[in-house]
Amino acid sequence: MGKPHQKDEHEDEDQKAYGLMGYFLTPGDLMHACEKLKAAGYKHYDAHTPFPVHGLERAMGLAPTKLPWVVLVCGATGLLSAIALTYFVSVDYPLTISGKPSFSYQAYIPIMFELTVLFSAFGTFFGMWAMNKLPAYYHPTMTHPSFPRATDDAFFISIEARDPKYNTSRTKKLLEELGAREVLEVME
Amino acid sequence: MNEDTPGKRAPLVLGHRDFHAVTETVAGIVEKKTTPSWVVLFSLAVSVLLVLLGSLGKLVAEGIGVWGLNNTVFWAWDITGFVFWIGIGHAGTLISAILFLFRQKWRTSINRAAEAMTIFAVMAAAIYPVFHVGRVWFAYWLFPIPNQMSMWPNFKSPLLWDVFAISTYATVSILFWYVGLVPDLATLRDRAKTKTRQIVLGIFALGWRGSHRNWLTYERAYLILAGLSTPLVLSVHTIVSFDFAVSIMPGWHTTIFPPYFVAGAIFSGFAMVVTLMVMARKAFGLEGLITIRHLENMNKIILVTGTMVGYAYAMEYFIAWYGGNEYESFAFRNRAFGPYKWAYWTMWSCNVFSPQLFWFKRIRTSIPAMFVISIFVNIGMWFERFVIIVTSLHRDYIPSSWTYFRPSMFDISTFLGSFGLFFTFFLLFLRFLPAVAISEVKGVMPQADPHAGHGDHGHDDHAEETSEEASESASDSDDSEGDDSSDEETASADKDEEKGNG
Repeated sequence: MGKPHQKDEHEDEDQKAYGLMGYFLTPGDLMHACEKLKAAGYKHYDAHTPFPVHGLERAMGLAPTKLPWVVLVCGATGLLSAIALTYFVSVDYPLTISGKPSFSYQAYIPIMFELTVLFSAFGTFFGMWAMNKLPAYYHPTMTHPSFPRATDDAFFISIEARDPKYNTSRTKKLLEELGAREVLEVME
Repeated sequence: MNEDTPGKRAPLVLGHRDFHAVTETVAGIVEKKTTPSWVVLFSLAVSVLLVLLGSLGKLVAEGIGVWGLNNTVFWAWDITGFVFWIGIGHAGTLISAILFLFRQKWRTSINRAAEAMTIFAVMAAAIYPVFHVGRVWFAYWLFPIPNQMSMWPNFKSPLLWDVFAISTYATVSILFWYVGLVPDLATLRDRAKTKTRQIVLGIFALGWRGSHRNWLTYERAYLILAGLSTPLVLSVHTIVSFDFAVSIMPGWHTTIFPPYFVAGAIFSGFAMVVTLMVMARKAFGLEGLITIRHLENMNKIILVTGTMVGYAYAMEYFIAWYGGNEYESFAFRNRAFGPYKWAYWTMWSCNVFSPQLFWFKRIRTSIPAMFVISIFVNIGMWFERFVIIVTSLHRDYIPSSWTYFRPSMFDISTFLGSFGLFFTFFLLFLRFLPAVAISEVKGVMPQADPHAGHGDHGHDDHAEETSEEASESASDSDDSEGDDSSDEETASADKDEEKGNG
């Protein structure tokens, strides 16, 4: 959020650099750059794109997300809650109708299904934001002057300073060789 | 999935050369000044909404007697309206979830509006069950809330399954819709010109940065939500049909109800989507994103589902005869030739006969024709529910209790008012939120394929790329990128010079 606070590079020596950012104009160039970064041994880098570029996770070498496990646990919780609720209600206030058993679970299957889906959906929703560490209303990458284009038509790459291979001038040179525009250092 | 055979199908996005043009088109709707025509429509919708509030106020003040119900016909326009709106809501989920699972790329232009329609339709639907209980202030009794009497709702009743189904459906639809909105809200946030817009949109965009690590989890979450919504949407209308099918009322007590109701829901919902999209694309200049191809696809679905409900109508008859139950066969004879035959034949002609015109490509692709037919379908589907509910009830087992239902003024005003609620929210949505999923539309543009334009660097780890992407990049690798990227170069070079780090 907020305006990107642009500073000249020589007045922020007291600040820690977060990393370097530059952008490309086509998904193909970005993909190519990510492959090259991976080959060069970079680990802590990220792409910022207006839409998910398919195949990029392979180029970046990212592992698949663990989210489905969260959903599975939540869904199971939902199912168990539904069983517990309907069982408790049947026992707590039995409705004896023509000698049928009070806990006739067949009639409760819709409830079990709906609660499974409901809990799974909540698990997906909150699990996804938690895994993405969002909401985060400030992030160093947002300070790049052209960053608003990352949600429009530019394909950014950010390489973090904590990467062991990171070296301001060499990394910058590498990015520029790959064709990145406006390669700038962003501050924490 | 055989997608876009080159030269056979129209492209999904017309007249937008690059990603920025798409952003401009969609975000422009939200950012430009409110148009007078929108204000006129909105005032109209709000005044109809006030009619609804007045009718409900009257109902709460005086009781259910203000409706035309009687001892025999205890459900009429209220439950008809409920099923009608829920059915309309289902198309949104169908477009967004089921077509997503089937990898139908044409859903991207319409799914956002359809999902919004779902939420507002469910809101309109929820009014009816809540208010038809009469004493609204006890509506919370529908939920299993611990109380000093140790009393619980009857979990064996389809009506309670309905409570769970509808509330789950509403919740999941809102979550799904919001998940889809976040990247687009971030786009709007980054374009915001005023501080207020920036802060408000910023809060709701959750600080989305388009990070690919985030996209990865996001896409998986979206897929899971689609996978959850699909059985959910089928279950909801199944359970709505159980409200009838689990009873022993002739005409209701049939096993065809669940699939028949689901087909009808998809049918009426798509008709409503066509109605709204035809108007919205005209009003907001979205012709390039919601193309004739999209509308034609929806018309094909209307044709298929319309034929399905026609089959179901015929099958109900056949089973009534084949089952040999005299009450059942009377119920159906009474539908077709009894006092409500006018409603029954309206239903047949609107739902089964009128969509058959979509067999002709001229009609499928003609805006006025599809608009008229979609309105007919909406009317027909309302009558379908009316016929199911009222004709079965008004002549039950005991001839002495036979009666004829006539709606009171408040039946009609409540139903018309529910349109006010729906359109009020829908207009607000069109005005303040991106009506088209910006990020998803960009993703189906030919330029979005990372292999477009340069198939020369052979990285073999993409060998398992799906055929659709390959065929797309082969068919229409757009050459327009060259010239606009050169513009970009000069523009960014200018910027660099200004900052003195070029």
